[in-house]
Amino acid sequence: MGDETMSGAEIVLKALVDQGVEVIFGYPGGAVLPLYDELFKQNRLRHILVRHEQAAVHAAEGYARSTGKVGVVLVTSGPGATNAVTGLLDALCDSVPLVCLTGQVPTHLIGNDAFQEADTTGITRPCTKHNYLVKDGSQLARVLHEAFYVARTGRPGPVVVDLPKDVLVGKAQYVGPAKVKHKTYKPQTKGDLKAIEEAVKLMVHAKRPLFYIGGGVVNSGVAACQLLTQLLHTTGFPCTQTLMGLGAFPGSDPLSLGMVGMHGTYESNMAMHDCDVMVCIGARFDDRVTGRINAFSPHSKKIHVDIDPSSINKNVAVDLAIVGDVAHVVEDMLKVWKAKQLRPDEKVLKAWWAQIDKWRAKDCLRFGSSDKVIKPQYAIQRLYELTKDRDTYITTEVGQHQMWAAQFYKFERPMRWMTSGGLGTMGYGLPAAMGAQIAHPKSLVIDIAGEASIQMNIQEMSTIAQYRLPVKIFILNNQYMGMVRQWQELLHGGRYAESYSAALPDFAKLAEAYGAVGLKVEKVGELDDVINQMISIDRAVIVDCRVDQAENCFPMIPSGAAHNEMLLGPEDEAEKPVSEDGMVLV
Amino acid sequence: MILQKEDIRRHTIAILVDNEAGVLARVIGLFSGRGYNIESLTVAEVDTREQLSRITIVTSGTLMVIEQIKAQLRRLVPIHKVSDLTVEGPSVARELALVKVSGTGDKRVESLRIADIFRARAVDSTNESFVFEIVGATEKLDAFIKLMEPLGLVDVSRTGVVAIARGPNPI
Ligand SMILES: Cc1ncc(C[n+]2csc(CCOP(=O)(O)OP(=O)(O)O)c2C)c(N)n1
Ligand SMILES: [Mg+2]
Repeated sequence: MGDETMSGAEIVLKALVDQGVEVIFGYPGGAVLPLYDELFKQNRLRHILVRHEQAAVHAAEGYARSTGKVGVVLVTSGPGATNAVTGLLDALCDSVPLVCLTGQVPTHLIGNDAFQEADTTGITRPCTKHNYLVKDGSQLARVLHEAFYVARTGRPGPVVVDLPKDVLVGKAQYVGPAKVKHKTYKPQTKGDLKAIEEAVKLMVHAKRPLFYIGGGVVNSGVAACQLLTQLLHTTGFPCTQTLMGLGAFPGSDPLSLGMVGMHGTYESNMAMHDCDVMVCIGARFDDRVTGRINAFSPHSKKIHVDIDPSSINKNVAVDLAIVGDVAHVVEDMLKVWKAKQLRPDEKVLKAWWAQIDKWRAKDCLRFGSSDKVIKPQYAIQRLYELTKDRDTYITTEVGQHQMWAAQFYKFERPMRWMTSGGLGTMGYGLPAAMGAQIAHPKSLVIDIAGEASIQMNIQEMSTIAQYRLPVKIFILNNQYMGMVRQWQELLHGGRYAESYSAALPDFAKLAEAYGAVGLKVEKVGELDDVINQMISIDRAVIVDCRVDQAENCFPMIPSGAAHNEMLLGPEDEAEKPVSEDGMVLV
Repeated sequence: MILQKEDIRRHTIAILVDNEAGVLARVIGLFSGRGYNIESLTVAEVDTREQLSRITIVTSGTLMVIEQIKAQLRRLVPIHKVSDLTVEGPSVARELALVKVSGTGDKRVESLRIADIFRARAVDSTNESFVFEIVGATEKLDAFIKLMEPLGLVDVSRTGVVAIARGPNPI
């Protein structure tokens, strides 16, 4: 027979090893005990025991996004699987490659409402890129290799493999990854050359060109980011990034206009509105980016490069679509550009840049400085200045602090910035930081948090203690669900229903309770010292940074408004009330 | 009539899928989750050796929505082929209905006469009922059923549309 037979649990672990997996984030339970028993007997795979299955998934996301590898999760049946659901959808929305192994009741009990049974494939179908229920041990190895292939190929995403306990215990034959070829899933990676030539032609003749780049560039890999940087420097065109695309192009490069969208920069949004050729690469015209759709960039020819054909013409009709992997397509664009020795009309481009510089002069990210109270923007600025020359990874929770981090922390390289973009999951940042720290034990990993979000997965402080992870948690503590409060101010007459963070714990003491170091800072003059102290401690640290409670995040495109209807600061709020159409938008 | 971009159009889409557990749920979940219409859906295995099933969906939407539906379907992992029969050349579409009509006397005779015109066959009959089998385009079935209504229509079972491209080539 050649190939040996082994237990399903052995097959799973062998498949993981053959797929190059080094770390699993998981939590045990009855249905997956055979797998844990196998884990116990070996030392090639490292298991990180989290404190909640949602955190296992976010940790695997942090691991995957900071390494480019597939993150692996292992949870038990029933509640283990349902706890993982939020993380799975988070990974689907942000295109993060994961394989999540879920335990399941034995095949003969499926459908009987057995103890800890859940219809896991049913529940996770719309939350995953694909999922499998393995009912037959002979299919196990193939399915596992396929799962990794599907997770990392094309537009990446999470894949669930549901494993009934009898399949884990029963014996079957193993097949190696080389023998498994996928029948149907073969995404197109090379872009159509004719379309690419046409795109280049549109670009070179543009009067007001703009690159609009997103997380797809990061997902395409470091080489894709380098090629795109080359293309930008060759063309001299301005470039704006989505929340997910930060770091795909150096944030401090003069060609970078910063982030686009609801809390993006004035220059980015105005350039989006006024450009005549938009080159969208690996972004998806998300509603957070476009603002009011019928007013979105009305005068531009739009070029859209994406590996996922369903992203094209979904929200915005484009003029030229190129389906392919960013790295391939951009490489071809560069080749065409260079072969034809193209040069855009410098005078025309100069006029466009002059316009952009006028927008830039608005200095849209300015904020009222204070020496009495720490402005949250200032705190991020200082954090950036004091950590930028280090080997740093930043994660965030969700809220105002997330947007300030995106606005004020400049990312020079990809895979250094991990935030929950598509789903906006509070509680993402701490476990994601954990995952990034596992992958990069010597690096400085900081979760920029809000006092509300951090409590959604605070139990992971225990995991951090167990594995002695030197994760830094920098809480911008405004004692409010700030982003909610900001919307209530804007849309609901300042009636702050349930958005005050009452009964907060003493975060410094909480840190100590978990064996970490707790620091607290309230005075502007002490901020630098505390940040430096945080950096110098080689253990986990929670910084409780007390910031201005009333500060709002600007600039802002309110719901239902167009790019050129931004609110630049509190003084604009009263003048531009939100439209009735805008009231229903999220 | 030339359709405008914003006009709602009806398309028949043929999908070749791996006949595996959950594949129909994936397709239906896609339609319900994204708010697309299903006017009719049929599914059956068509290749036992390769274990392939063919799903025929009649759906409606604007041009952009129809294109989006096809792109979303192609994204599902166990899908081999998605073909829009409405735009990819001429095709044949058929539906089968079983139509039960109860009654006696003139109405019973009239139902038989109309069935004859529509080339519907009686596949079951009692002294007071017929079950007609009718095959044809959706509109023909609709018309037949409408005519049967005053004649004692009591039950209808329809297969939904199956369709195939004309000419020598497979999907
Ligand atoms: C799981 C989850 N529940 C609710 C929300 C809605 N939400 C968005 S931001 C926010 C408040 C976050 O507060 P905090 O963490 O203190 O951040 P801040 O906005 O104050 O910086 C809430 C409740 C969410 N994004 N995620
Ligand atoms: Mg807060």
